[in-house]
Amino acid sequence: MSTPAIQVKDLHKSFGDNEVLKGIDFHVDNGEVVCVIGPSGSGKSTLLRCINRLEEANSGQVLVEGVDIFDPETDLDAVRSRIGMVFQQFNLFPHMSVLRNLTVAQEKVRGRSKKESVEIARANLDKVGLSGRENVYPGHLSGGQQQRVAIARALSMDPDMMLFDEPTSALDPELVGDVLDVMKTLASEGMTMMVVTHEMGFAREVGDKLVFMDGGVIVEEGDPREVLGNPQHQRTQAFLSKVL
Amino acid sequence: MKRSTRRRLVQGVLYAVLAALLLALVLAADWADIKTQFFASAGWTSWDSWGPLITVGAKNTIIYTVIAFAFGLLLALVLALMKLSPLGPYRWLATIYVEFFRGLPALLVIIFMAFGIPIAFQWTPPGGTVGAGLLALVMVGAAYMAETLRAGIQAVPKGQTEAARSLGMSSGRTTVTVVLPQAFRIVIPPLTNEFVLLIKDTALLSVIGMQVGEREVTTVARDFFSSGPTAGTATSLVQAAALYLVITIPLTQLVAWLERRQRRTR
Repeated sequence: MSTPAIQVKDLHKSFGDNEVLKGIDFHVDNGEVVCVIGPSGSGKSTLLRCINRLEEANSGQVLVEGVDIFDPETDLDAVRSRIGMVFQQFNLFPHMSVLRNLTVAQEKVRGRSKKESVEIARANLDKVGLSGRENVYPGHLSGGQQQRVAIARALSMDPDMMLFDEPTSALDPELVGDVLDVMKTLASEGMTMMVVTHEMGFAREVGDKLVFMDGGVIVEEGDPREVLGNPQHQRTQAFLSKVL
Repeated sequence: MKRSTRRRLVQGVLYAVLAALLLALVLAADWADIKTQFFASAGWTSWDSWGPLITVGAKNTIIYTVIAFAFGLLLALVLALMKLSPLGPYRWLATIYVEFFRGLPALLVIIFMAFGIPIAFQWTPPGGTVGAGLLALVMVGAAYMAETLRAGIQAVPKGQTEAARSLGMSSGRTTVTVVLPQAFRIVIPPLTNEFVLLIKDTALLSVIGMQVGEREVTTVARDFFSSGPTAGTATSLVQAAALYLVITIPLTQLVAWLERRQRRTR
């Protein structure tokens, strides 16, 4: 069996006295799309943020392509540059044009030439349907457009996997579809994805695996159609009855 | 009495008081003295007065301000980054520095640097007495600007740092490429204010002895108090005041405009 893209072992994380992750074990295989759902405060975003160490875990292990990211000898910046991350609040750099948002890390982190990074950036802008917006500043784009730029920014680093932290939660309902379409395209191209989301339709249609979290533990996981259609655990049933 | 009638009555009384005060001031003022003392034509219409005030005084005031601001900003940036450092000793040092120099009168620091240090160590900072005075302005100005910069850096949303780090940028690269450019945008209005304060603080240099060619506006104006076309009158001081306002009022208006624009784009 090949090394999983992401492997999490007995992960614990507390904010002060509040333990938000109480021993998480799970993995994401290469090319797999894993969706994580659960009520707010269940720890799903914290779990995602622990995977590229934006959040410092208290104990446990996270292996990214077999590399232990808590090991002090690991080049964390190098690992992070292979993990694309998309945030709920987009977090585009507001003082840079769209094109610069996509090229800056390619040049400074990947060491690509300006010409090469511009080519890659344009290709990715085209992919998210925003060709021609190169010289616009993020503040002049709609939320949905900003999120698509954020996805293109992450893709421009040629990541091995993508993490999505509630990518559509800050969007007006009519803008959600465009972002989900881009994500579906990515999934169909075989991108390894871990998606924290409230979009049950997306999870059902695109997800290879669904993880339901509540109270800092994984309550149930499995095939999305199984979990959503026939939840085994009572807490899963209660949550789904509220959101579906 | 109706509420609206009463309000009009109160306002009428307030206006009447103001008008009476102004009238009393105009009648009491000695207009002849004001004209000869403050607006002597020998000063206001003579290049013998304006020449040194502008080509020496205003020129040096601007040069001193720019030097003190540039080096002060540089030192302030170092202090601000120290204050945000994860290493305790760096934070403590920066805090001690800022609290120390914010708590002292700039005048005291200027005198200390210009006279105290040379006497104590037989060493004069580069640039002689003026250099010592400027160094004092740099040290004091940096303490204020460090706090402004720190606030600006902290005002940049945390998500910006997270986005940069998640792209693989190092901590230093993130600061330089993502955080500082946004922080500077935020602090441009307060920094312009610091600049205006520095313009006025260069006048404090007049307490240290300066060569004729080194004097800034206030010192030049004070010299004209004892000699020159308007000696014995305060005319040169009023002229100096006019020069300061010509420089500072546009700048404070600029700050107000920048602040309005910043509020709009938020």
